[in-house]
Amino acid sequence: MKVFVQRDYSEGTVCRFQTKFPPELDNRIERNLLEETVKTLNSYYVEAEKIGGQSYLEGCLACATAYVIFLCMETRYEKVLRKITSYIQDQNEKIYAPRGLLITDPIERGMRVVSFKGAPDISSSSSGNQRIRGPRLRQLHPQQRHVVDGW
Amino acid sequence: MSAVMISSRKVRKWEKLPGKNTFCCDGRVMMARQKGVFYLTLFLIIGTCALFFAFECPYLAVHLSAAIPVFAAVLFLFVIAMLLRTSFSDPGVLPRALPEEATFIEMEIEAANGNVPSGQRPPPRIRNVEINNQIVKLKYCYTCKIFRPPRASHCSICDNCVDRFDHHCPWVGNCVGKRNYRYFYLFTLSLSLLTIYIFTFDIVHVVMRSVDDGFLSTLKETPGTVLEVLVCFFTLWSVVGLTGFHTYLISLNQTTNEDIKGSWSGKNRVQNPYSHKNILKNCCEVLCGPTYPSVLDRRGLMHEDSPVSTSSAAPSSSSSLSFSNNSKAAPPTTKTRAPLIPNEHTPDDAEPGVAGPTERDDDDDDDDRPPSSFVPPLASPETDAEASAAKDHNR
Repeated sequence: MKVFVQRDYSEGTVCRFQTKFPPELDNRIERNLLEETVKTLNSYYVEAEKIGGQSYLEGCLACATAYVIFLCMETRYEKVLRKITSYIQDQNEKIYAPRGLLITDPIERGMRVVSFKGAPDISSSSSGNQRIRGPRLRQLHPQQRHVVDGW
Repeated sequence: MSAVMISSRKVRKWEKLPGKNTFCCDGRVMMARQKGVFYLTLFLIIGTCALFFAFECPYLAVHLSAAIPVFAAVLFLFVIAMLLRTSFSDPGVLPRALPEEATFIEMEIEAANGNVPSGQRPPPRIRNVEINNQIVKLKYCYTCKIFRPPRASHCSICDNCVDRFDHHCPWVGNCVGKRNYRYFYLFTLSLSLLTIYIFTFDIVHVVMRSVDDGFLSTLKETPGTVLEVLVCFFTLWSVVGLTGFHTYLISLNQTTNEDIKGSWSGKNRVQNPYSHKNILKNCCEVLCGPTYPSVLDRRGLMHEDSPVSTSSAAPSSSSSLSFSNNSKAAPPTTKTRAPLIPNEHTPDDAEPGVAGPTERDDDDDDDDRPPSSFVPPLASPETDAEASAAKDHNR
């Protein structure tokens, strides 16, 4: 079973996901938990894309060095993305895996969707005594991680 | 003994990406397929600057100031850095939807459209979203199987949806989009300055030398000057004009694509919902905004057991769920007939040139393009799939 939470474009092109609860997850997880997760993700993206003093400073400094500085320095966006990855892993371990679900980091899907993967619902299973196993929480091999590069 | 060979070569995701890009340096560099005009750009810039350093600089450094060649060198390096940054970086390509996501979206569309009697054309796939009190239509891309985010467009030359698509520039050999627009702008700006600089000092040099030696002998001593003046003269008009045009676009927070289509032209009281209504704020957002990371995972490693789907990117995760989905053909689950997918007709060897994307040049806008070969041919409105899809619907 896969459920996708889409982007919310009502505030323009900033990265924001809909907080509307998908009906397919109705009996899998509590509403407030999922909404809390999505709201936290949204706040992370707002922090990453904030246009203010720090982003101006970063932009001007980078321009003055012909953007060579990005070869040695991590941008603010990349730092926030790392925070998001660890937050999602943390949420998966604590909240979603015990309920048989798994969230995928939006950057793996082109920042288009937050996807939830789960085992088929127990009520829809045809054989009654089938043992339902949740998806294994895969620790991503370091080389499998999404490689964020400067180009 | 088993004759099975197990390949242990690491396959990176860029090798399996769909679209018509070429990759170099193991996925670090990403460009369009046709690079001929890009090499011409490089040759013109490096060639002209080489002539300037060879013929003019020795004289000017001695008779005027040593700072002149130094500043020229700094400017030249900046221009090359910006050009390479624009050409080699990911413009903001949106990866295609994996099969599960595509199916999910199709199911949503079917649910929204209801039951369409067979034989009837299904309604166009459009989602309306309100941004800043403006209704913006999000169109469905049949190639990428996604609803394009606002301001994104499909480039048929590169066969990718690009976020905040500006245009496809053959001179830099890449699309110009969200991630590399500021580098493109800085490239045109610094190239304008460099051209003006070289042109001015060429004239100064010729005048100064002619006073001592006479005009004709000056030209004989430094034959490169004539060539430089010629190149700079033609480049000036086009590049300075282009810089001015993009400065105008930035101040209004518009893209070339939106400008050509007249999306926010003010007709029917439509206004640009992305503009901050303040020139300084618009400029700051475009030029000093956050540096977006690439969502196209080029250098990530692919799983060796994941099959390659020819119709989608699908570097599948190792779960068996995705594995079984990938082994089927991309499911045409809907009864709706997709209009012709434009990329099937795009010839692989299409020359960029002034003609631009070839097979859809029946649009009147193409006639307005000035004939000068130095004006960068902008991608015509028909470069993206949506216009041709709309045409198919309206037929």
